[in-house]
Amino acid sequence: MAPATLNKDEILRYSRHLIMPEVGMEGQVKLKGAKVLMIGAGGLGAPLGLYLAAAGIGRIGMVDFDIVDFTNLQRQVIHGTKDVGKKKLDSAFESMQDINPYVQLDRFEVALTSENALDIIKDYDIVVDGTDNFPTRYLVNDACVILKKPNVYGSIFRFEGQATVFAYEGGPCYRCLYPEPPPPGLVPSCAEGGVLGILPGLIGLVQATETVKLILGIGEPLVGRLMLYDALSMRFRELKLRRNVDCPVCGDHPTIKELIDYHQFCGVPKEPETGVPVASGDIDPTEVKRMLDRGDKFVLVDVREPHEFQICRIPGSTLIPLGELPKRVNELNSADEIVAHCKSGMRSAKAVDFLKQAGFKKVRNMTGGILAWSDKVDPTVPKY
Amino acid sequence: MAKILIPTPLRQYVDKKNAVEVGGSTIGELLTGLTTEYAELRRHLFNDEGKLRSFVNVYLNDEDIRYLSKDATPVKDGDTVSIVPSIAGGTRRGASDIK
Repeated sequence: MAPATLNKDEILRYSRHLIMPEVGMEGQVKLKGAKVLMIGAGGLGAPLGLYLAAAGIGRIGMVDFDIVDFTNLQRQVIHGTKDVGKKKLDSAFESMQDINPYVQLDRFEVALTSENALDIIKDYDIVVDGTDNFPTRYLVNDACVILKKPNVYGSIFRFEGQATVFAYEGGPCYRCLYPEPPPPGLVPSCAEGGVLGILPGLIGLVQATETVKLILGIGEPLVGRLMLYDALSMRFRELKLRRNVDCPVCGDHPTIKELIDYHQFCGVPKEPETGVPVASGDIDPTEVKRMLDRGDKFVLVDVREPHEFQICRIPGSTLIPLGELPKRVNELNSADEIVAHCKSGMRSAKAVDFLKQAGFKKVRNMTGGILAWSDKVDPTVPKY
Repeated sequence: MAKILIPTPLRQYVDKKNAVEVGGSTIGELLTGLTTEYAELRRHLFNDEGKLRSFVNVYLNDEDIRYLSKDATPVKDGDTVSIVPSIAGGTRRGASDIK
């Protein structure tokens, strides 16, 4: 393929790049010739998409199948209020097209899977991973190692972020850093644990910076180093990251040479098609409402955090945050009937397990948490 | 005494502190001291066999203890130990087929 060239409008557009010798015409042409695949058009994908488009990356692929909702707007700056309800791909496409019409945008409205990952990734030079879950992280990692594509990694939680570049010219991969994922439920997701809206901006831009540096071949890439960022203390730290010679994917004698079942690897069951089976210890919010209306004697325990209790609550509930439950279990009487609830039903399920192990027999989990309460019982309760 | 930096997801088990000072001459002793003082932290750091979980890394200053002497890695006064668990956050639900 002939090297890309810049027209007069593009030369004007990229003027601030072109006058720096580290980029110059040669670098800008490299950017235009580059093909970058972004996995995810959300928190990390938002700044990435905007800046990679602005920088003049010639071709940007984006994999996402989500829809923009109101809770995204606190951080996903590539989407606006007018975009709520639209496909994230379409909304991101419009923003990026507006910023730079010279960029070719490829939209993949699919879930990345073991079946399609190699096919999608193979046409790109660099992969930028901005997903939120372990099965996809390991899938992207293994696919990048197999195809020898650098994987620009970023991850965020609350006020903390991590970034590095995996699988770059024989460097370490994600499995060298973490051979295995945590069991499901042990590590909360951003949807459960929250995230400072600005944080993905910063980490996403570290990823964008590394992507542009790799394309230009300038500076020191973030390879073999794990960057940690703590927004609260405003500290960046750096830890050494080594390739593990025994790594099953990128080690000297790899045992994983093709993509595997990442749900199974991460112990995550695939999402059921429809409906959620009701376990014996579960109770529907409408039934809890009936019990309250009848004046049944039971204790409704809210295991969320105090700051969530301030947002909304079910009248008559008692707040005992999940983390305090072991210390405060003596505040509950095992003779009483107990219903536990949280935001969506995950934490209260843990609380119910804990209480059952502690000898409580009459304890049930309100399915769907206060979100389901808002849907099914009292729409004046705000969702968050 | 060495300082152990506690990452956000685990702070709830150490009275919300971001760092804990613990005495001990090796990483193993330090982590035992830490999880004795904060018993709830134990299952988040160690598996049932008492081995460090494979999604939790421990660093002495900037070096991964897997490439030093693991639990037996000696620790000096003033060293900083970091516990760095894997976090997956990014795009909510992003390009995945699970919630």
